[in-house]
Amino acid sequence: MKRIVILSALFCCSSVASAQQSPPLEPKKDVPAAQSSAAASEEARMKTLEDQVRTLAEQVTLLRGELKAMRDARSVEPRSEEPILLTASHIMPGILAPSAPAAPASPEPAKPQATQTQVFGGASSNAKLLNPDISLIGDFIGTAGRNTVSPSPSLELHESEVGLQAIIDPYARADAFISFGETGVNVEEAYVTFTSLPAGLLLKVGKMRADFGKVNTIHNHALSFIDRPLVTNNLVGGEDGIDDAGFSLSRFLPAPKDWFLEGTAQVFRGDSDELFKAARRQDVSVVGHLRAYRDLSESTNLDLGVSYARGHNNAGVGTIFDPSRFLTNLYSVDATLRWKPLRRAIYHSFLFRNEFFWSARDQVSPADFFQTQHAFGLYSDAEYRANRRWTIGGRFDRSGHAANANLTDTGFSAILTYWPSEFSQIRGQYRFGHLADPVTTNYSNANEFLFQFLFVMGAHGAHPF
Amino acid sequence: MQHTKIHTRFTALAAAFLLVLALAVPPASRAENKLQIMTATTDLASLAQEVGGDKVDVESIARGYQDPHFVEAKPSFLLKLRKADLLIVVGLELEIGWLPPLITQSSNPKIQVAAPGYLDASRFAKILEIPTGQVTRAEGDVHPLGNPHYWLDPENGLRIAKGIQNKLSEMRPNDAAYFAQRYTAFEERLKQAEQNWQAQMKPYAGRKVVTYHRSWPNFAEHFGLNVIGYVEPRPGIPPSPQHTVELIGQMKRDGVKIIVVEPYFDLKTPNSVAAQTGGQVVVLTPSVGGEKEITDYFKLFDYDIAKLKQAFDATH
Repeated sequence: MKRIVILSALFCCSSVASAQQSPPLEPKKDVPAAQSSAAASEEARMKTLEDQVRTLAEQVTLLRGELKAMRDARSVEPRSEEPILLTASHIMPGILAPSAPAAPASPEPAKPQATQTQVFGGASSNAKLLNPDISLIGDFIGTAGRNTVSPSPSLELHESEVGLQAIIDPYARADAFISFGETGVNVEEAYVTFTSLPAGLLLKVGKMRADFGKVNTIHNHALSFIDRPLVTNNLVGGEDGIDDAGFSLSRFLPAPKDWFLEGTAQVFRGDSDELFKAARRQDVSVVGHLRAYRDLSESTNLDLGVSYARGHNNAGVGTIFDPSRFLTNLYSVDATLRWKPLRRAIYHSFLFRNEFFWSARDQVSPADFFQTQHAFGLYSDAEYRANRRWTIGGRFDRSGHAANANLTDTGFSAILTYWPSEFSQIRGQYRFGHLADPVTTNYSNANEFLFQFLFVMGAHGAHPF
Repeated sequence: MQHTKIHTRFTALAAAFLLVLALAVPPASRAENKLQIMTATTDLASLAQEVGGDKVDVESIARGYQDPHFVEAKPSFLLKLRKADLLIVVGLELEIGWLPPLITQSSNPKIQVAAPGYLDASRFAKILEIPTGQVTRAEGDVHPLGNPHYWLDPENGLRIAKGIQNKLSEMRPNDAAYFAQRYTAFEERLKQAEQNWQAQMKPYAGRKVVTYHRSWPNFAEHFGLNVIGYVEPRPGIPPSPQHTVELIGQMKRDGVKIIVVEPYFDLKTPNSVAAQTGGQVVVLTPSVGGEKEITDYFKLFDYDIAKLKQAFDATH
């Protein structure tokens, strides 16, 4: 693992060798100490050892005392000012320190409570010390009404997403999300993130949702609607979107004051549902994303992005043309306005998000010409949290079909969400669609009511921003 | 569409891959020599400032009037975290909903979890309400490692300050004497203030109160208050009519008149409970910066104790 980090670090450094100073990999805390004489260090070492022995002796005494106390009075509740051991079999060195009731205003500062340390993405009790954080999010969806173009089942456990997250070593953390759906098991994402690279670089390796726009990066359960926008299905590879195996490298960029700029470059194998299909090894797909963010005030902020994706499609397979010539270029622009008053953050918030997409897809026309089909799409989403438990929202959709830009789907949705707690969510969505059938090219109206139950088990993961 | 040759494609690919790198200018070296400290909350910022003095720049991510469980992981925080030498967190899963992605995305090796620039203040504090036995969310949003609002006990404040002093001395050995002197001065002042606080709170020792959230066990323990109920039926669960009725009954039975509410909670339910029990709602701030005049750790207790005193006097 270390080697990989070093290798990638070397790679990164060499690519910017001209501009780079030596990377600040080593914490510089040891430097002054190195200058002290050897004798002094020897003495310090002895002192440390002595201290350790003393601490151990103290602990043994305390342990004995505790054991005796436990034998004497099994049923007696521990005194409230004593920190309670999570598992009696495991001794925590620091936790015993403040046991003597401290005189008011002159407390003996407690020694570090080693195993009480919170480890994000780590462990919280001794029994599962090295297990990753495990969570499961169940996503149950029901649909009623009429939709002849893209019907969905009346009731389905749409997906059960298992999340495993842990810190791998001092240089990396890993996140895996495995979704069990109606059609089988799918590794939605599984990637390692190297957090300690020089020059502020952040490298992700694995399978991941591409950093293309906003909605493509969001997991199903974190969306503010039940379904994906029409444009995702029509132009950006369906429900999973651009979700592929590859590398992602991102870095903050120099920006004007108060602006946050981040650039991301990603390289993928080139397989994302129907969107990208790599026939040969070198047909990788690339994604580039530039994000600009600014706090307009303490409670309002603006989030802007431009994205580009390019990959091979399979439109040329089985035609007289060279299949490797068929590319899909995707462009997107996104803008999000958020409002959340800090004093009432759990009661009120507002989000207004717009994303615009342009797909340029190489394909063979019905008359056997090589052509590039240009299709456009957008969605516009507004969401308001009315109080701690209720959120209302609406979405407008419009999108051409990637393979036939003359067909344009239109739709709108009204969404109502109820939160019994942070860990469950009940949502209803009315959806109207004026949809084109890609085969017959006939239009028909869809009127549907969707409802969803979401539940979260286990480690309560961070919410994406 | 033009014919794309393999090597052209390769160049394009490499170019895309290096786009970010090419644009990346190494950050200008910082002229000032101050240790850059970021803290999760304002209380830790205040303590770090007490110890660090003018050798440090301290800034908190959360504001004092904000619910520290629900802070948004805004990218603007990343800019600050990127430059930090030290990140001090409350721990005990208080920040689990927002801090981990900020730490990861900051791409700052110094402040990654367990790195030398990562300090979990809960290591130094006396922690209350550590659950024993089974922990389930039927109890609401429980903190399996114990109650994270531990800074509301001045003794814990002192312990945390000591921990910060050790950390700062480790990071800046040349300034160790300065930090030690700052800590001693802080300890001195805190002891004095503590005598004053204890004297003010003494007449109210053993008084029963109700609080909105479980933010006050350390405060209550230290100042001898008795928290007998909560407006929330369970931590993180909004008030329910049934629980509110039970709470009113309990308050009437026990003669409880004081309802302590944090500044980020809705006052509707507490006000109606107060109206029906003849009690009073007191908005106490659990953090520095909760009100404009609360500019440091001392003023936090000054403010809360004065408010409490006022309320106790008014209801009896």
